[in-house]
Amino acid sequence: MGSILVLAEHRQGVLRDVSYEMMAVAPKLAEQMGTDVVALLIGSGMDELAKKMAAFGIKVLVVDDPLFKDFNADKYQKVLSALIDDLKPAVVMTGHTAQGVDFMPALAIEKKLPLVADAISLEYAGGTLKATRQLYSGKANAVMAFKPAATYLLTFREGAVEAPDASASGSVEKLDSPLKEDLSYRKFIEYVEAEVGDVDITQSDILVAVGRGLKEDKNLPLVEELAKAIKADIAGSRAATDAGWIPHDRQVGTSGKAVKPKLYIAMGISGAFQHIAGMKGAKTVVAINKDPEAPIFSVADYAIVDDMFKIVPKLTEKLKELKG
Amino acid sequence: MKMFVCIKYVPDTSEAEVKVNPDGVSVDSSRFSFDINDADNYAVEESVLMKEASEGDVTVLSIGPKQSDVMIRMAMAKGCDRAVRIEDERIAGYDPLMVAKVLAGAIKGQEFDLVLTGCMASDDWQMSTGVALAEELGVNHASMVKKVEVLGGNKVKAYRELEGGLMEVVEVELPAVLTIQTGINEPRYAPIRGIREAQKKELKVASLDDLGLDASAVSAEASMVVLERLYIPDVVSSAEFIEGEPDEKAEKLASILVKGGLV
Ligand SMILES: Cc1cc2nc3c(=O)[nH]c(=O)nc-3n(C[C@H](O)[C@H](O)[C@H](O)COP(=O)(O)OP(=O)(O)OC[C@H]3O[C@@H](n4cnc5c(N)ncnc54)[C@H](O)[C@@H]3O)c2cc1C
Ligand SMILES: Nc1ncnc2c1ncn2[C@@H]1O[C@H](COP(=O)(O)O)[C@@H](O)[C@H]1O
Repeated sequence: MGSILVLAEHRQGVLRDVSYEMMAVAPKLAEQMGTDVVALLIGSGMDELAKKMAAFGIKVLVVDDPLFKDFNADKYQKVLSALIDDLKPAVVMTGHTAQGVDFMPALAIEKKLPLVADAISLEYAGGTLKATRQLYSGKANAVMAFKPAATYLLTFREGAVEAPDASASGSVEKLDSPLKEDLSYRKFIEYVEAEVGDVDITQSDILVAVGRGLKEDKNLPLVEELAKAIKADIAGSRAATDAGWIPHDRQVGTSGKAVKPKLYIAMGISGAFQHIAGMKGAKTVVAINKDPEAPIFSVADYAIVDDMFKIVPKLTEKLKELKG
Repeated sequence: MKMFVCIKYVPDTSEAEVKVNPDGVSVDSSRFSFDINDADNYAVEESVLMKEASEGDVTVLSIGPKQSDVMIRMAMAKGCDRAVRIEDERIAGYDPLMVAKVLAGAIKGQEFDLVLTGCMASDDWQMSTGVALAEELGVNHASMVKKVEVLGGNKVKAYRELEGGLMEVVEVELPAVLTIQTGINEPRYAPIRGIREAQKKELKVASLDDLGLDASAVSAEASMVVLERLYIPDVVSSAEFIEGEPDEKAEKLASILVKGGLV
């Protein structure tokens, strides 16, 4: 059987967390399948990053060429397409990230291979590879079984597992780039950094975070009052920033900020994994949500199942009173 | 700009209880409320904005049930010109590669500059359909797009939203598929006049056969994955649930926060 080829993701010279995290699942899967794990790096000037991946005790293949200085979905697809033909890997997996989702579905169509996207756990038994993924706001899990195929394609969710320690030694092998010239039809232009606002919520001690449950921006003063009473900054879910209730730089989550306050009070936020990824570093989490099944409760220390509009005014009043 | 915009009718499960049906592979959706997928609502707006900025023509595509006609009419009320709704029980809807093949089948043979999809459907979270669709159509793509600029020379500049809010700016030659991220614009409410006009616009309902598509290429047999089982995961919570009347809960929480030195 071919190897499990793990495409490690990096950006601006740094390996992304998901690259390490996949090292928690790929070796177990390799054991079940009776094969090995091989990492793949595509980029320019990959020596340092290749060493870091090799430290998981695996072979690292590197396609190192100035043509890959910046991520380009079409170039990645071309490299993977060629490597699938050459190496016949049993599995190709990468992160379910803005990079991974930009080429894996196209690769699946091109190579007529099966894809399971956003897997959170993997298992191989009785000759069948199965991947579990989430649906319906994370309230249901689906077990997807692959039909037998030459190569299985997977994108794995960032933050779904903890990265293991890397302390072994592996090997690094450079591959010839299958891509000989630049592409004219898709060009990387530049990175544009996220806008900076008046408050840096990554430095806040206390955050009061609102979500779609706020309903409309005329309800914001209620929350601002609470925040004022406890000297908190206001943050929110993507739904709250998309709606324009709070500024974009106050968004917590994968496409916003990772925060680590002492206290995080989430209200009217369901707790989508993209949100939780940004606030699980909080020391104490309070969640107020009227849905007892809301996933936010899985990361809460204190929970109130109720209408936030019935809780918040009284909470503010009582806090003011107690704090004098 | 000749455009297609793909929209999906999805249940809002953010507040609903999700239960698996006895068949083990579907959920009881009888009590869900359905509407346009969040990201697709932004895709519709983006297509209408582009149409308004220059000349343009937008066809809505949706694979879904009769009930979704309301959603489709709403997109036309906002300015989309016509719609095709594909309804066929044989489509393996759990596999985004099969969904992409159906959408591609409905587009192939027609000229277009842009196909807009949402970057993710909020029910199945695949984030795969748009990019698969581009490959199936043999055109360029950019995913997770949070800003688009139409350039001369048949190109667009797409701002892709990456983790941490960083934008990756790419230039892509048309025709292309863009998968639209939420927050790219401010979706409008349909104007009353538009709602009236939408009733007169064409909404074609088609089966796979009507589209000349081979059902065996997009069905569960063709899909290389099997939806084996759905289950409700345990919500493991170590939280202390504060009980009582709303006022009591608020008071208890306040004293926990103060006594614990948290505020
Ligand atoms: C690529 C990508 C990146 C993303 N990045 C992020 C990110 O960085 N951050 C982020 O937050 N999301 C992100 N998302 C979006 C994410 O998937 C969810 O859509 C979003 O987090 C939902 O926000 P919400 O919880 O506020 O809204 P919903 O999921 O709609 O939840 C609203 C909640 O409010 C509760 N509620 C309603 N009324 C009340 C009331 N009166 N009192 C109490 N509770 C009430 C409901 O029970 C529900 O649980 C991303 C999505 C994608 C595709
Ligand atoms: N049944 C459908 N009908 C029309 N468009 C769809 C359908 N399913 C998915 N799409 C499009 O593909 C996007 C991404 O969906 P997904 O890959 O399932 O997360 C959606 O936002 C829609 O634009």
